[in-house]
Amino acid sequence: MSEHTTATAIAEHSAGPAAALTTPTREGSGRARRLLMGLLGVLAVGVLWEAYKFLGPDDGVVVAGVRILPRTTDIAMPHLWDMAIRMTEPVTRAEGADLLWVATAKAAAFSLGVAALSWVIGVTVGLALALLMQRLRTAESAILPWVVLSQTVPLIALAPLVRNWGSKLSLGPISWENWMSVAVIASYLAFFPVAVGALRGLKSPDAIHADLLRSYAASWWQTLIRLRLPASVPYLLPALRLAAANAVIGTVVAEVSIGLRGGIGRMILEFAQSAAGDPPKSWAPIFGAICLGLLAAGAVALLGLALRRYRRGEEPA
Amino acid sequence: MRHSRRLAIGASAIAAALLLAACTVDDGGDDGTGSGATGGGDDGELTQVRLQLQWLTQGQFAGYFAAQDQGYFADEGLEVEIVESGGDIVPQDALVNGDVDYAIAWVPKVLGSIEQGANITNIAQIFERSGTLQVSMADSGIETIADFEGRRIGSWGFGNEWEIFAALSQEDLTVDDIELVTQGFDMLGFLSGDIEAAQAMTYNEYAQVLETLNPDTGELYQPEDLNVIDYNEVGSAMLQDAIWADTERLANEDGFAETTVAFLRAVIRGWVYARDNPAETATIVTSAGSTLGESHQLWMTNETNRLIWPSTNGIGLVDQATWDNTVDMALQTQNETGSTLITTAPPDTALDMQYIEQALEDVEAEGLDVMGADFQPIEVELVEGGN
Repeated sequence: MSEHTTATAIAEHSAGPAAALTTPTREGSGRARRLLMGLLGVLAVGVLWEAYKFLGPDDGVVVAGVRILPRTTDIAMPHLWDMAIRMTEPVTRAEGADLLWVATAKAAAFSLGVAALSWVIGVTVGLALALLMQRLRTAESAILPWVVLSQTVPLIALAPLVRNWGSKLSLGPISWENWMSVAVIASYLAFFPVAVGALRGLKSPDAIHADLLRSYAASWWQTLIRLRLPASVPYLLPALRLAAANAVIGTVVAEVSIGLRGGIGRMILEFAQSAAGDPPKSWAPIFGAICLGLLAAGAVALLGLALRRYRRGEEPA
Repeated sequence: MRHSRRLAIGASAIAAALLLAACTVDDGGDDGTGSGATGGGDDGELTQVRLQLQWLTQGQFAGYFAAQDQGYFADEGLEVEIVESGGDIVPQDALVNGDVDYAIAWVPKVLGSIEQGANITNIAQIFERSGTLQVSMADSGIETIADFEGRRIGSWGFGNEWEIFAALSQEDLTVDDIELVTQGFDMLGFLSGDIEAAQAMTYNEYAQVLETLNPDTGELYQPEDLNVIDYNEVGSAMLQDAIWADTERLANEDGFAETTVAFLRAVIRGWVYARDNPAETATIVTSAGSTLGESHQLWMTNETNRLIWPSTNGIGLVDQATWDNTVDMALQTQNETGSTLITTAPPDTALDMQYIEQALEDVEAEGLDVMGADFQPIEVELVEGGN
C-alpha cells in the first residue's frame, strides 16, 4: 500500500459516515436542477417584491407602534424595472459620466480586488495561527482566547486606529495607502473563521490514526501533510467560505468607515444622498454588493472543486 | 489526470485572487489628492501638507479644491493632499494623531475634543454663518422653535444637535418637551412623515428635498411647500467649518507658522475663486472625484458661498464676541442626558487669529477682495435627483 492510498484511506475513515459519492451523470443533472432552482429563487424574490409593493399599504404595516412591514411608496421600494432602467442611464448629467451599471461594475471590481487581497491575508494568518496552535498546546491556550476576543472589537473603533497606524508607516518608496487600511480591516474579519476552523480540522483525526503515523516514526511535518491537512479539509472549506463572506463585508464596511474612494462601500455612501430624489440609483451599489458576494462564493467553490477528493461530508464551521 | 485538473482549478482560483489583489495596487493609488495641481511654484522643493476634510469631496469644500486646481497652493510652495473622511474618521482626531497638518471641523464638536485634551487651535473660521436649518412641511404648523413642543424633531446626533438644544433652551423648552428622532443621512424619514421637522444643511439636505417629486403635485417639492427655520435667525447658530491646526506645532515647530500663513493665503484665494466662479468651481469639485449630481453640486457650491460671503471681517477672521457666543452656548446648553457639551471654557489657545490676519493682509495688498461686500448668490435650478 503506497503512502498515497494510506492517506486517502485514513481521510475517508476519519470523516466518518460521509455522504455517498454521486455518479457523474446524476451529478450533471443535479447541477442543472440546482441552477434552475437558484434562478427560480431569484425570480421568486423579484415577484415577492413587486407583489408586496402592489398589495401592501403605502405606509407599511405598523403593529403597536413598530413597523413590521416596510412602506411601499416608490421612494421606499422602487419598481424593479425602474432600477433596471436606471442602470442603463449615466450616473449624473456631468460630461463623461459612466453609465450606472458600468460605474457599479467598476466599483464592484475594485472592492473585489481589495476583498481578494484581504482574503489571502486572512487565510494565511488564520492557517498560520491554526498550525501554531495545533503544534504547541501552550500556544493554543495563549492565543485562542485572544482570537475569539479579537472579533469583539467593533469596526468603528478599529478603522481610525488602523488608518492612524498605517499613516505612520512607509516602506521605502511605498507609502501606506487608504486601501491598505481597508484590506487590513477586512482581513481582520476574515482570519477568524479560518483560524478556528482549521484548528478544529487539524485536530480532527482520531488518536488511532495519529498513533499509526507515530508508529511509522513519521515526523510532525509528515503527519501534517499526510494526515492532518487532508483531514482538515471538510472543516476548512466552510471556514474559507465564511472568510470570503467576511472579507467582502469587511471591505465594504471599512470603505464606508474610512471613506476609501472607488469601491462599493463608498458608492453606497455617495448615493445615499439621492435616496429620495432618485431612489432607483441608491439600489445600484446594493446589486453591486450582491454580485460581489456571488463572485467571492464562486471563487471558493472552485477551490472546493479542487479539494473535492478530501471533502467527505462537510462540518459546519 | 482528474487529480491534476482539480489542482489546476484550485491553483487558478488562488492565482485569480492574487491577481485581483495585485490589480488593487495599481488602481488604489488615488485617494483624495486633487487632480489639477499645476502652476508655477518656487524652484525649491514643495512643502508637503495634508488637509483633512470632514466628509467626502463635495461643494462644501469647494475653496480648497479650487485652490488646488488653480495652482494657488503650488504658488505658495505647498504640495497639498486633500484627505477625504468617511463614516468613522473624525477630523480633529486625525489632526491630534498627526495624520494630517490641518483639519476642517465644526467648532462645537472640536470644543468637546479640546475639553478631552486635544491641543488644537482654530486658525481660520471659514464659515461665518451656520448652514443648519430645521425643515418641516408647510401644513405642519411648525413655524417657530416654540412649535417644536410635542413634535417629532429630527437630528443627526454626533454633535450636530447642539443648535437645536440651544434654540430650545432659548424658548424655555427642554429636550423632554420634544420627541427627538435620530435622523439618517438622507431625507427619507422626513418625506415619509416619521420626522415632522428635520435637520437639513442649506447646501445639502434641503436641496435633497427640493430634488424629490412631490407625490401630491407630481412635480418637485417647491420652497413654498416647506417651512424653514434658520438657526442664524433663531439666534442659536454655532460656528461651523473652521480650519484647525496643532497648537504645539504652531508655537514650536520651525517654519510651521510660515507654512500656515502661506496655506491660508492659498485657501483665501481658493474661496475667492469659488465666489467669483461658482459654476467652474462646481465642475472642479466634480472632477476631483465627487459623484454628486451636477445641479446638486452647483447648488452646494453656491450655498456654501452664502455661508462665507459677504464677509464681515474678511474671510476666516472671526471676532472674539462671535467665538465667545458659541463657547457660551456650548457651556450652557444641555443635551438629552442633561450634560453640557463642555464644562469649562476652552484655553485661549483654542482660537488664534494671527495667521489668518497675516494672510488677509498679504492678499489684500495684492488687491484681492476678501470681503465680497457686493456678493450675489447665483440662481441654481435643481433637477430631479440632483443629477
